[in-house]
Amino acid sequence: MSILVNNNTKLIVQGFTGQEGSFHGSQMIEYGTNVVAGVTPGKGGQTHLDVPIFDTVANAKAATEANTSVIFVPPAFAADAIMEAAATEIDLVICITEGIPTKDMVVVNEFLKGKNTRLVGPNCPGVISPGQAKIGIMPGFIHKPGSIGIISRSGTLTYEAVHQISENGMGQSTSIGIGGDPINGTNFIDALSLFAKDDETDGIVLIGEIGGTAEENAAQWVIDNNFKKPIVAFIAGRTAPPGRRMGHAGAIIAGGKGTAQDKMKALDLADIRVVENPAEIGITMKKLI
Amino acid sequence: MKIHEYQGKAVLREYGVAVPDGHPAFSVEEAVKVYDKLNSQVTVIKAQIHAGGRGKGGGVKLAHNRNEVERLANEILGMNLVTHQTGPEGKEVQRLLIEQGIDIDRELYAGIVLDRESRKYAFMVSTEGGMEIEKVAAETPEKIIKEWIEPSVGLQNYQLRNLAYGLGLKGAQVKNGIKILNALWKVFADKDCSLIEINPLVVTKDDNVIALDAKINFDDNGLFRHKELSELRDITEEDPAEVEADKFDLNYINLDGNVGCMVNGAGLAMATMDIIKLYGGEPANFLDVGGVANAVTVANGFKIILSDPNVKSILINIFGGIVRCDRVAQGVIDAMETVEVNIPVVVRLEGTNAVEAADLLNNSSLEFLVAKSFEDAAQKSVKAAQGVK
Repeated sequence: MSILVNNNTKLIVQGFTGQEGSFHGSQMIEYGTNVVAGVTPGKGGQTHLDVPIFDTVANAKAATEANTSVIFVPPAFAADAIMEAAATEIDLVICITEGIPTKDMVVVNEFLKGKNTRLVGPNCPGVISPGQAKIGIMPGFIHKPGSIGIISRSGTLTYEAVHQISENGMGQSTSIGIGGDPINGTNFIDALSLFAKDDETDGIVLIGEIGGTAEENAAQWVIDNNFKKPIVAFIAGRTAPPGRRMGHAGAIIAGGKGTAQDKMKALDLADIRVVENPAEIGITMKKLI
Repeated sequence: MKIHEYQGKAVLREYGVAVPDGHPAFSVEEAVKVYDKLNSQVTVIKAQIHAGGRGKGGGVKLAHNRNEVERLANEILGMNLVTHQTGPEGKEVQRLLIEQGIDIDRELYAGIVLDRESRKYAFMVSTEGGMEIEKVAAETPEKIIKEWIEPSVGLQNYQLRNLAYGLGLKGAQVKNGIKILNALWKVFADKDCSLIEINPLVVTKDDNVIALDAKINFDDNGLFRHKELSELRDITEEDPAEVEADKFDLNYINLDGNVGCMVNGAGLAMATMDIIKLYGGEPANFLDVGGVANAVTVANGFKIILSDPNVKSILINIFGGIVRCDRVAQGVIDAMETVEVNIPVVVRLEGTNAVEAADLLNNSSLEFLVAKSFEDAAQKSVKAAQGVK
């Protein structure tokens, strides 16, 4: 089994005809993802990569019964694109776009309250359930169907973890990139609760990084909910200097908060297996399972 | 993006925030001219650098006459100012702010930041002005009053009153305080700020409320909406290598170690720094080359890394996804032919076409240390930096 995306996913690509949307759209189709519509305002009625284009998400959803949307829209327009999708109460919106102003995401976060739409991202590689659906920019071939769930704030470091899991003879149920921005949709706790209910996820890899308190909150949640599936965690940025934004807008140690040491300690207290060496994620999980 | 205090005060002035009368000066002559214009009994000479703690470091001085202004401006301009935020190497002072002195009754604090936990902006005030707010938060958290701003309705009047009365303002101070706090929020919201900090916000003997200092940071992701802000950037305050990297769209941060690293993706770049440290080395930098690791980006990456004389080896760690490793390998080979690299280069390419990439590297006439794994790459680069074969 899997969470969030699977064989029943019917996908809309927002920004389908742009450079990124086109490239990754074709990669997703090649992987076998069921892409049912594209949305580009002004190009409704055309087709692109043999997929019909609509002017609005509402039209696309009504015509195709899509349940998921992925966003490849430039940062200046991405918040609007998320809200357009959420306004249709579509089940899931995955926003890949990097560089959305924080002010816009504060508004988006407010807009999503009370709606039945789940947001993953922004600034994330997407979500993949190997062999079923790939939604985002991750390389499909490194993934193998299996029973390990992966939740990560990073991009290529997620691929590293996936690769190590596959190399060690295991596979992934679903791998979720929750994104590197200070305000995101789905967080570690949301993803952990979904994996908790998934019978075919036996273990979880959690990849965090400096900045914020999402990892500490996840650790507390694991304690409070007596969560028993084994978790291997790695926190990137032990050597990062305070006050410097390490690439991701959310990866910054500010006011003495959000250090890797604090996060590792909190995770350790929740009996989560924290690895100091990022090359030992796969082997550690293999030993635990 | 960070800006100087005098630039921040100019932005605040536009929004009706009361700030002391003053002007920037880039030379001693200009400083004296500003003094003549201000005609104030007491004049404050303030070093303008992008770091806090300037007063303690000797970068803020009071002058009582023209000669003192001249002497102190001369002393502070060009000085190497060391504060707890500059690091031990300090920062050269190139600009001054010359301001009228203010008759202070009380020093307060006001700040606006994003609260990641509640996903809202938080307005914080404290009666403990002039101190490091992190210290106040840690030792006497009850002395910080917070109001969270609902995104759909914005800052409300009752919240402004809560803040003003919380600060102990009385009589005419309340109205003046509310006006200034409201204006701070307007600046924050209009300009895509990531931080506004007024420390101290002062109450004068005649009941005025004035921003005596101004720290404003902008959200880099929001700068595209504010072309007027781009001219406020002072690149002399930034690391020259980081400015250079920025031109090539590379994300680079200079660090103290001797193992240079070039990685695709911010998370993997941090993890690479961490693993170098784990194997006994010290990373020389954070460098994320992003999604396109071709000959041009790799060559630019080499140039930036090699501009740091401490670097003794370079580790290239690329996880090829959509980017094929054999293309990256060719990029590395081509780059090594255009840039002279006289130190060991360790290459670890994993992912799409990794085998073909290893063949390309092994068959090239250039000398690479091709790593078999993530650990192997870290170990090889640390040993190479230590001069061990």
